[in-house]
Amino acid sequence: MIKLEKLSKIFETPNGGTVMAADKVSLEVAKGEICVLLGPSGCGKTTTLKMINGLIPKTSGKIHVAGRDTDTIDPVELRRSIGYVIQQIGLFPNMTIEDNICIVPDLLGWERSKARKRAAELLDLVNLDPSIFLKRFPKELSGGQQQRVGVIRALAADPPVLLMDEPFGAIDPINRAVIQDEFLRMQTELRKTIAFVSHDIDEAIKMADKIAIFRDGKLEQFDSPDDLLARPANDFIASFLGSDRTLKRLSLLKVSDVMLSGRIRVSAQDDVATARDMMKEAGHKNIVMVGPRGRARGYLHLNDVVEASGTVEEHYQALPTTVNVDADLRTAVSRMFRHDMTWMACVDDDGFFKGFITQRAISHQLGATYRDTPTEGLT
Amino acid sequence: METLVFISQNLDLIFERTVQHMSIVCVAIGLAIVTGVPVGILITLNQKAADIVLYIAAIIITIPSIALFGLMIPVLSLIGQGVGYMPAVIAVLLYSQLPIIRNTYTAITNVDPALREAARGLGMTPIQRLRRVEIPLAIPVVMAGVRIAVVMNIGITAIATYIGAGGLGAFISRGISQSDPRQLITGALMVSLLAIVSDYFLLWLQKRLTPASSSAPAGGH
Repeated sequence: MIKLEKLSKIFETPNGGTVMAADKVSLEVAKGEICVLLGPSGCGKTTTLKMINGLIPKTSGKIHVAGRDTDTIDPVELRRSIGYVIQQIGLFPNMTIEDNICIVPDLLGWERSKARKRAAELLDLVNLDPSIFLKRFPKELSGGQQQRVGVIRALAADPPVLLMDEPFGAIDPINRAVIQDEFLRMQTELRKTIAFVSHDIDEAIKMADKIAIFRDGKLEQFDSPDDLLARPANDFIASFLGSDRTLKRLSLLKVSDVMLSGRIRVSAQDDVATARDMMKEAGHKNIVMVGPRGRARGYLHLNDVVEASGTVEEHYQALPTTVNVDADLRTAVSRMFRHDMTWMACVDDDGFFKGFITQRAISHQLGATYRDTPTEGLT
Repeated sequence: METLVFISQNLDLIFERTVQHMSIVCVAIGLAIVTGVPVGILITLNQKAADIVLYIAAIIITIPSIALFGLMIPVLSLIGQGVGYMPAVIAVLLYSQLPIIRNTYTAITNVDPALREAARGLGMTPIQRLRRVEIPLAIPVVMAGVRIAVVMNIGITAIATYIGAGGLGAFISRGISQSDPRQLITGALMVSLLAIVSDYFLLWLQKRLTPASSSAPAGGH
């Protein structure tokens, strides 16, 4: 959908020198994917982004957007066909929210009523009540609300491709997380092809299907977030991703990815001896007790019931915490540490017991990627 | 008291000269807006041109008005208009250039670069950007320039009576030459009053023309 071929940009400095802001950058963003251009400031990520819609003229190379060579398209027409969101939001203070959203439809000559209807739909999409917000001016909105409008303004004419230049960079961390989640939810429906500039590694991991890491105008690595974190191509990338990059992978994995089967379980009326045998047979130190319909109710610890007799009901302990199967591992590990546990029962949205995760299984999963590559094992 | 009597006995004359006065100022300012605003916008395209134009406009404004009237007599005499209405209008037109050009130029160049980038990125042509974003945002500042020009030139027009342009200055010049404080005070009073009223009127107009957002308090509902 977006394809860059050996894209370069050379800036001339006032004292006659030249700066290579982008150096033969080649990458391809598939339809419906979010590609985050990541790197320290001055690395060429923004320059690369702005060359895609021609805001910065390229020095050499080719850009294809939606299958068309951008050299063959009038820049104004090109920009109207690509959504554009900037960090400073850039809502026009002299226009109402409605008129701001309708800019591109108006430029494209849409019928007025159709454009206005679209504006109301889009406001609904980001949970801003159209009856309140359509006629307001940008100054009357909070920063987070303004950026939501900034995003839907880019979506107004339903462009297949979106360029976003640090769109959530100016928003406070709490609101940023909310807007990111909202945006990802929208994206699962809209399936836009997005190039997204960020300098925030955590944001990149959260948002990206692919991450392109830049340094000094060069594309250093182009990979999925998990591959990037597991196998940084060089020391610069490794240090940019941070020494805790393996821990960052936790947020990319779901509990269900490492969950062990919940087939082994007991109910309240079962004999403790049976539970003991089941644990010994499976080599487990703990067993989960479920209610009549399969909800996780408590557990037995092997060492506590070595000598015990009677039913499970008489000996079980309450589960200190459980984790949802759809949660990410970061949440799970954090909860495990908080309760000083080495394992945790996993439940679905209704509390039904699905399986359990262990610290061992998690570290095994994180290590698996490294073991797959022989060279990595040596370093 | 004597002055009040003079005023009450000469209301017709005062009215006539006020209209004369305002017609010079209004026509000249109108022309100054029509010329100055486009010049102010055009020079935003070129820094060097902007420097030169603003420099020339600044020089013009430093010429004493009485000297400017004097300088124009031989030039305009070539078309038979050495004295009277036309040189007065031209002088006011010239004096208005600096505040109007400079304020237009400043207003346009001070438009938030983020807005300019958003406008470009969304696919506005330079003309659309100017018309939909830059000019609407520049209006309050341009209007402030117009206000300065009007108030300043109401004063300058009073001197134009010496080249036979009439207006409220006639009371002042006669008051001086005839040692008649009644005429002098009436003239001065009317000129001040006119300046104040015009200023308030333009302030009101400025607010009316300002996009709603700029006057709305931040975060207000």
